[in-house]
Amino acid sequence: MKMMSGAAMVVEALKDVGVTHLFGYPGGAVLDIYDALYAQEDVEHVLVRHEQAAAHMADGYARATGKTGAVLVTSGPGATNTITGIATAFMDSIPMVVLSGQVPSMHIGEDAFQECDMVGVSRPVVKHSFLVKKPEDIPMAIAKAFYIANTGRPGPVVVDLPKDIVNVQNEHPYVFPSDVTMRSYNPTLKGHSKQIKKAVNLMKEAQRPVLYVGGGAIAAEAAPYVTQLAELLHAPVCSTLMGLGAFSSVHPQFIGMLGMHGTLEANKAMHNADCIVALGARFDDRVTNNVDKFCPHANIIHVDIDPASISKIVNAHVPVVGSVDKVLLQMLTLLADIDFSGQEEKLADWWVQVNEWRDKKCLDYDQSTQTIKPQKVIESLYEHTNGDAYVSSDVGQHQMFAALYYPFAKPRRWINSGGLGTMGFGLPAAMGVQFAHPDAVSVVVTGDGSIQMNIQELSTCLQYGLPVKIISLNNRALGMVRQWQDMNYKGRHSHSYMDSMPDFVALAEAYGHTGIKVDTLDELDGAMQKCFATKGLVFMDIAVDQNEHVYPMQIKYGAMDDMRLSKTERT
Amino acid sequence: MRRIISVLMENAPGALSRIVGVFSQRGFNVDSLCVAPTDDESLSRLTIITQGNDKVIEQITKQVNKLIDVLKVTELTEGPHIERELMLIKVATRTELSRSEVKRNVDIFRARILDVTATNYTIEITGTSDKLDAFSDVMSQSADITESARTGVCGLARGERALRP
Repeated sequence: MKMMSGAAMVVEALKDVGVTHLFGYPGGAVLDIYDALYAQEDVEHVLVRHEQAAAHMADGYARATGKTGAVLVTSGPGATNTITGIATAFMDSIPMVVLSGQVPSMHIGEDAFQECDMVGVSRPVVKHSFLVKKPEDIPMAIAKAFYIANTGRPGPVVVDLPKDIVNVQNEHPYVFPSDVTMRSYNPTLKGHSKQIKKAVNLMKEAQRPVLYVGGGAIAAEAAPYVTQLAELLHAPVCSTLMGLGAFSSVHPQFIGMLGMHGTLEANKAMHNADCIVALGARFDDRVTNNVDKFCPHANIIHVDIDPASISKIVNAHVPVVGSVDKVLLQMLTLLADIDFSGQEEKLADWWVQVNEWRDKKCLDYDQSTQTIKPQKVIESLYEHTNGDAYVSSDVGQHQMFAALYYPFAKPRRWINSGGLGTMGFGLPAAMGVQFAHPDAVSVVVTGDGSIQMNIQELSTCLQYGLPVKIISLNNRALGMVRQWQDMNYKGRHSHSYMDSMPDFVALAEAYGHTGIKVDTLDELDGAMQKCFATKGLVFMDIAVDQNEHVYPMQIKYGAMDDMRLSKTERT
Repeated sequence: MRRIISVLMENAPGALSRIVGVFSQRGFNVDSLCVAPTDDESLSRLTIITQGNDKVIEQITKQVNKLIDVLKVTELTEGPHIERELMLIKVATRTELSRSEVKRNVDIFRARILDVTATNYTIEITGTSDKLDAFSDVMSQSADITESARTGVCGLARGERALRP
């Protein structure tokens, strides 16, 4: 039996659960752990510039790989700075473990220096948390944290480590647990066979089926099965913001993203469907619009690993609790015995209808002007990356443009804060992606508002030589806020305009990177080319049309398919 | 509608705050809450009285069940069940008439007097919440209530039905 200090146990346990990257920032309460990190090479520590970014990096790393992201921060402000990052991961069900330092046990509750009740503060935004009380409990707490984070519906877990239990002075026996199962935690993975049968019968009978694919399909690595089911049923497939890539966006059956800024064809198809197969999606308010008017003709099959997500917003006719991959396999097994040879013919009328909606070309935009349209930038980005980049995004108009105009052919390529909508997520997430895939192209699509919420990480990029490409759609305004003010507040742009923008090119250069400014449409293509030909980080500051809105857009209180198609047209 | 939710959970630090957290975060009501370890000391049993329609109760049950420390959740009001609550109530009895009236009502309600002074009675009573309410009303008519404390409801299903790990 190995004897070691609590701090050494933390590092040893991280190795034993397979952590290769640890994103963090040192401080008083975790100095012992940092000392233990110094003496080894198995876990690479990444020194960030702000703890919030550490959490987003671990998050981006997790989204790009499916592995659990790991974070190490000190007590007090170090810990509280991660809260936004933890909440972001929580809302999007991303596996993450945050190790936070804590003041020594005997001082907990005394308002000691840098003390904060991290377990309490983080409680509403974690899947679970541990306050470790004895050094011997460290391996089990860390093993359980990683197990909980990445099983069932994934989510963030906090492990709070008081300074006395990681003290390097005292050694204790280290035993890594061979079994971490818990009697109180047994996620249901396989679907109930009776429900599967019911679902299969509904799919078989459906005249106007639609697959509605969410982030759960990506979390469960279910992409190949989604494709199999879609092709077997010959059904149109739409995706949530979180599900993009689970079904290839270049597949002929793909009809786009659905919801608030979804395509006309996706929202129309949903509204008129007679059978909706929801796979790892949660009927978010940014999807359903007015729930009372939601898809009135449809039988809803809802597959989700979290029973609490089923029938929470919209009543499911056939609820199936289980992991999307396992449930789809069960369904495909049953469907294999059914003759689908006449399916294309059976759905011919449905496809005629869907294609009519498609022909409206709801994503078309005005290309007659010399000002750069943000849509054009994303299309150019797609071309210059051959559609094969990892695209992280911040939050706002640029996020929607990226989601709509960059078709994702593979899962885990589209990295964005969907649920919490965290500005400042993009850059650190793209960095996490780059650590996970050093040779891949990691791009962040951002705006002049979002980028400034974690811009200090440009310094981290220099330290680790991260060649992240920053595509900043600079419209000199908080675009999405401005859009809503245009639409709902008679164009009163209250505090959505910044007239003190930094010189982003000079800023990038000050941090030791390359900056490129793009002011006219003619320069765009050449600048993109230069960006991807340049080694290292490039900050593209692209001046885009300030008055552009994101369309289509659902009309408040309406049904799925009540939409504005442009500033003047409605459905 | 009044519902009784019964929860079997790990007797672990923080478990209670997580459950209470689910109620406050998701806007559910808690009318009363009663919690203590069970015959198996590693487990705690928690009984919550809440209000809500079927949809709300389904969400409460599912969200509570989702907590890592929770083993089982059931709604007792779904079927036949027994519920009890305990109240300690201290009344000031300034006259002989008041003292005898209190004593008589204690007998009628099958309550018990636990502590006596020349001007005070402290009484224990067990029963359904309705019975406790009724007793409290009667006491306020025959004496002055100085203070009272109630445990909140705890309950079990009738017959074979049980919450076991």
